[in-house]
Formats: sequence, C-alpha cells, structure tokens
Amino acid sequence: MNNRGGADMPVDTTQIIKRTLARRYRREARFRRMGLFAVVLGLAFLSLLLFSIVSKGYTAFWQTFVLMDVHLDAGVIDPEGTLDQEVMFAADYGGMIKASLRDTFPEVTQRREKRDLYRLVSSGAGFYLREEVLQNPDAIGKTIQIWVPADDDVDMLMKGHFDRDKPEEDRRIKDQQIAWVDRLVDQNRIELRFNTTFFTAGDSREPELAGIWAAVCGSFFTLVITLLLAFTMGVATAVYLEEFTPKNRWTDLIEVNINNLAAVPSIVYGLLGLAVFINFFGLPRSVPLVGGLVLALMTLPTIIIASRAALKSVPPSIRDAALGVGASKTEMVFHHVLPQAMPGMLTGTIIGMAQALGESAPLLMIGMVAFIADAPGGFTDPSTVLPVQIYLWADSPERAFVERTSAAIMILLAFLFSMNGLAVLLRKRFERRW
Amino acid sequence: MKRTVLLLALTLMVWAIQPASAASRDYITIVGSSTLYPFSTVVAEQFGRATRFKTPKIESTGSGGGMKLFCAGVGVEHPDITNSSRRIKKSELDSCHSNGVFHVVEVKVGYDGIAIANSKESTHMSLTRKDIFLALAKHVPKPDGSQTLVLNPHETWQDVNPTLPDLKIEVLGPPPTSGTRDAFVELAMEAGCEQIDWIKAMDDRDRKATCRTMREDGAYVEAGENDNLIVQKLESNPNALGIFGFSFLDQNADKVQGSLVDGVAPEFEEIASGAYPVSRSLYFYVKGAHVGSVPGIAEFLAEWAREGTWGDEGYLTDKGLIPMPAGERDEFAAAIRNLTNLKL
Repeated sequence: MNNRGGADMPVDTTQIIKRTLARRYRREARFRRMGLFAVVLGLAFLSLLLFSIVSKGYTAFWQTFVLMDVHLDAGVIDPEGTLDQEVMFAADYGGMIKASLRDTFPEVTQRREKRDLYRLVSSGAGFYLREEVLQNPDAIGKTIQIWVPADDDVDMLMKGHFDRDKPEEDRRIKDQQIAWVDRLVDQNRIELRFNTTFFTAGDSREPELAGIWAAVCGSFFTLVITLLLAFTMGVATAVYLEEFTPKNRWTDLIEVNINNLAAVPSIVYGLLGLAVFINFFGLPRSVPLVGGLVLALMTLPTIIIASRAALKSVPPSIRDAALGVGASKTEMVFHHVLPQAMPGMLTGTIIGMAQALGESAPLLMIGMVAFIADAPGGFTDPSTVLPVQIYLWADSPERAFVERTSAAIMILLAFLFSMNGLAVLLRKRFERRW
Repeated sequence: MKRTVLLLALTLMVWAIQPASAASRDYITIVGSSTLYPFSTVVAEQFGRATRFKTPKIESTGSGGGMKLFCAGVGVEHPDITNSSRRIKKSELDSCHSNGVFHVVEVKVGYDGIAIANSKESTHMSLTRKDIFLALAKHVPKPDGSQTLVLNPHETWQDVNPTLPDLKIEVLGPPPTSGTRDAFVELAMEAGCEQIDWIKAMDDRDRKATCRTMREDGAYVEAGENDNLIVQKLESNPNALGIFGFSFLDQNADKVQGSLVDGVAPEFEEIASGAYPVSRSLYFYVKGAHVGSVPGIAEFLAEWAREGTWGDEGYLTDKGLIPMPAGERDEFAAAIRNLTNLKL
C-alpha cells in the first residue's frame, strides 16, 4: 500500500485508484442500501400504525340504531297540559322506551328477562326521546317512530366484534338477546347509521353516547391561548435577540438556555403550571386557560428558535438598503425584515401548535385529565383535550371504546396532518430563497 | 403591529375576566380513586343528563391524592367530593379538620372484588391466599420448613403448592400508587401471610414488612394503572396471571377467567355475599360546607342513593359495582339525607 516515496517503484495514482475503486463503489452502494432500508423501515412502521388504527377504528363512524314505536303518553309527559318545558323535561322517558320494548316483545314477562330486554337499547335512549318531544310538543298523545341508539353490546354484535359461536357464558350478550336482535333485523328495525353522536356529543361512559365534540372545543380554546401567547412572545423574543441585542456573553447564555428549554420534557411544564398558575395565582384547575398557558411555555422555545432561523435567513443587504435610505432600526425590522421572515416564523409556529395539540402529559398535572361531559363554552370552563380523551377512552373497560379510541386517534391525526400540511404549503408558497 | 397589540389586549382581557369566574363555581368537582371513577362518572353523567345542572367534573387522582386535595380547605377552589377505595384514615380526617374542613359526610357505595385472572386458553387456577403470598412475596419461609425467611425461591406455581400446575410464576399487577394494589396487598398477601403462625407471631413492623413486600425479581410485573392493558397482555401470554378490578373481568368474560381464591370464584353473587375474600368497600366523602353553596350537590347525592342507581338492579351493577345489602343502603341513604358528620 504505502510505497509512496519508494524510489524503485514509480508512483502510479491511477493504479491506486483502480485498486480501490471497486471498494469505494461498494461502500457507496452499501450506504445507499442502508439509507433506503431506513426509509422503507420507517414507512413500514408508519403504515403498520395507520393500518392498525384505521382497521380498528373505522367501524366507530357507524352506530347501530333501533327503530321504536313509542306512545307519548300525555299523562306521563305533561299531565296538566300546560306544555311547561320544565315539566316535560323531567318526565320519565326511559320508562316509555321500556314500555315500547315490552310492546314489541309481548312474550317477555319475567323480571330477569325484562332486564335483558331493556339492555338492547342504550340507557340514553330516553334522552333522545326527550329531545324529540321538547322539539315537537305537538306529538304528545300520539305514537311516534324514533330511531334510538342500541346498547354498545348490541352494537358490537352487529359489527361482528362478538363471536356468536362462543358458549353463552363467554359472551357479554346472551342467546336470548341475540334472538331478539335477529328478530329486529328481520323486521328492518335495526340498522347501522352514520354516527353523528360521535362528532357532536361530549364524553360519556356509554360508548354509544360518547363523542369528541367537547374535547375538540377544549383543544380549540387551549390552542387559542397558546397561539396568542407563544406566537407574540416568541416572535418578539426572536426579533429582539436577533436584531437588537449586541452579541456578548449574556446573549450567548440566553441562547443556550432557550435551546435547553426546547429539550425539557413536557411533564416538567405541567408541574411548573401546577405550582405557578394554580397554586400561586389561584387559577382554577382543569380549564383551557391554564392548559394554554402551560402549552405556551412548552412551545415558546420551538417558536423562538424557528423565528430566529427565519430572521437569520433574510440577507443583510435588505437591512443595509433600508438603513441606507434613512429608515430607523425599528422601521427596518418591522417594514423590511419581519415581512420577509414571516413565512418561516409561521411554519415554526404551526409545527409548535401541532406539537401542543398532541400533548397530554403536562395537562395531567393541571387537572385536564378528567371526566368532563359538557362542552366548554369559554376559557374558564372545565374541559379536556383530544389526546386526553383518547387516553381516557383507552382506559375504559367497555369493549366498544376500543374502536372509538382508534376513531378519535384518526381525527387527531387528521388535524395534525392538515396542520403540518399547511406548514409545508406556507413554506412552498411564500418562502423566498436568496 | 396593531394586530399584535390587539391580541395582547385580548389576552389581558381574558386574565381580567378570570377572578370573576373563580369566585363561584356552577359545577361539582370530584377527585379520588381510579377504582370508583367508572362508577362515579356514570352517576355524574346520568345526573347531568336528567337534570338542568351541569355534569360534575371528575378527576381520577387515586384515593390518597384525592384525600389530600379534598382536605386542603373549604372554598370553590377545593373539590366537593372525593372518591376512595378504602376508608378515610384518622390522620387524613385530622388534616381535614386542621384545614377547616369540619363537616365530612361518609357514604359507602358498594363493594368491588379484585380478580386474579388468566387467559381462557390456559388452565383455570384455584389458589389460596397463602399460595398467593408464597408466590409473590419478596421474602418467604424457607421451603424446608425451618422458621427462617429467604429470598423467594419459587419459580413455578408447583413449587408453591404441589397441587398447582407446573407453570412459571408470572403475575401482572398494579403499581404501588394504585388503590387496587393496596387492597390486594392487604386482603390477599397479608391475609395469606398471617396463616403462617410464626410470621403472625412476629412483631408488627417485621410482620408488615414481610407480608407487604412484593418480589422484585421479575415474577411480579408492575403493569401500570391501565387494566385494559393487563387484559390485553393476558390474552397474548396465556402463562401470565393478572390482577385487576372485577368490572374489567366482567367486561372481558370472553377472554379471561378469574381464578378461584380459597375455593370461591370472583363472581357477582360471591362478592356481594362477602364469600369472595379479596373484596373491599368503596366510599366517597362529601364536604358538608359546600352543600348549598355549590349548586347540585344535594341532588347529585340523591341520584346516588336511588335504588335505580346503587340498588340490586341499579345501573351501576351493569358497570360491575357490587351493591350493598338493603340494610346498609338504607343506613347510608339516611347519612346522605341528614348529612351526618363523620366521627372516627
């Protein structure tokens, strides 16, 4: 190998190259194969993840409904005939649903059997009936037909998640109940319909009544606070650090600390939020305001770093030109540099927001991991967020929550994909390269 | 720039609104045990739908964590009710009193069994509490019969008791933060441990340390608070046993089977009658001072005390709660009506 400088052998570079060429090609090919393998492996895991989520979750967008003939007994709903909302609100609608079930299956007389029969429809069916009556009080005294959600066990049976061939004691649903369901199927009184409840309702312990709307509202209010704080403060910090401060040891220290903050585990921000916002400032637990503050702290470093990079990429000639025609430093920054850097800053902000949307760990500490059924109406109403809702459902014993968990994950992923897509779009459309 | 100023002003406004809404609260706040969470949430939801009141907010903080929040003081920033999978301790009630929470109403809601289950594909086990102790404690009596403690040498269930199958000991259970773990340790481990006379004769501290310490050599796996996860792991590993609440056994009866403990199966009737040994009472505690000031507490308590809720055929039984006998139900319904102050 090392005969360079040997006097008896002439140095022949081409020979050396020829000798090593094959090895160098091999090395390059090996590296490419490794890179390709890494990409394929990554894609394989991603598609496995998506496949498992979608295959488990797509059925949740349909829900089994049962058609019932319900006699709206005026004596029960509105005995005085006053059409008073409060009286009509408090009537026993669940009882009417049960009566209708007994009419449909008149042969059921024993107490135990009746209990099994009542379990065919959701325990919330009465509330569907109540809504219907409150909207159409004219129907009182008549018999109406109404589609009410089936119980989650019936829903699982209809969707084929329960095995009919297993022995009875191994199933949640009894032979007798299956026979009833089959009869309803024969009478066209049971069908799978699009599950609007899933998109319009809040959390519920009954899978057939549970929805993501309250969590989506909570995520929205939380992210509004996060955006307001993190974007304004992040951009201001970046502009000040990048354009106005002199470069010295102090600004270096600040920069190192900002980079450190970006790497702090998110749960730490939750603890900070608990100590500062709840225990010290006395803000209420479980509200989007506190959640937004915590997530703003968490995303702030990301936004500052992205914004500084965006400012750095604006060429100095633009600054010089602005100053040259007599602009003040502030005018130069706000009229010329900031508009050029904005697309990059927005991209960073959107990525930070997407991160905040998917975060649940810091919210655990400030009480946002809770059962909250009503959709929040503002920043100080108790609420939860999408990832927390997914966590809570994943922890629920009812089998029907498995598919709803996956469906909620699909919704969350859809939000995340569209946010990241928007970031890419912004970059493509507006970013200038010099 | 103008827009930025506007946004900042908006943020400040949100801050300004804050004190007004913190001063009053129109929903009930509940904290506490993760075991009661599935039952408490069902009642809260029913209450929220059937009345004009808002649905109570329920956080699952664990029994101990709930007590701490509950006893921190009186006022809207503190919770109104705490759920507990064990009775309140004297020390906790004292801390309540020292923080000005003088009026605490105790309500027992029913029972919960802790199941030791495995996959349906595996052999159905029949254990005694002594077997459970010998299989899972860190230190056990030396197998040769001498009265000395050694690090647990048992590898298979057959080592523990020759009548048991020759399966590796592998048990998935809750971590120490869980109320289920506390109850399991107390009701199964400690009870089994005290069947050995010479350990029972040890002084209190040594006995507790021996009876309550779980082995750490991998035979007992802390599987987290998520009982669903334990059920899934049992499905994929038929050799393993899992420890979780009865409601999860009830919901997954097609996948897992509950082992007999001292010859009794973890079934609804057996737990209700008290025959199944690993079962405990579930409670919640109400802050008397908040009744009347936070809207809906009295009505929420009334929802609990209905026969249709916690009775023999109430909706909570569908969720796996084991109801109290009728006499006990009357007793606690009266406590709810009179808001009886708890004395320990």
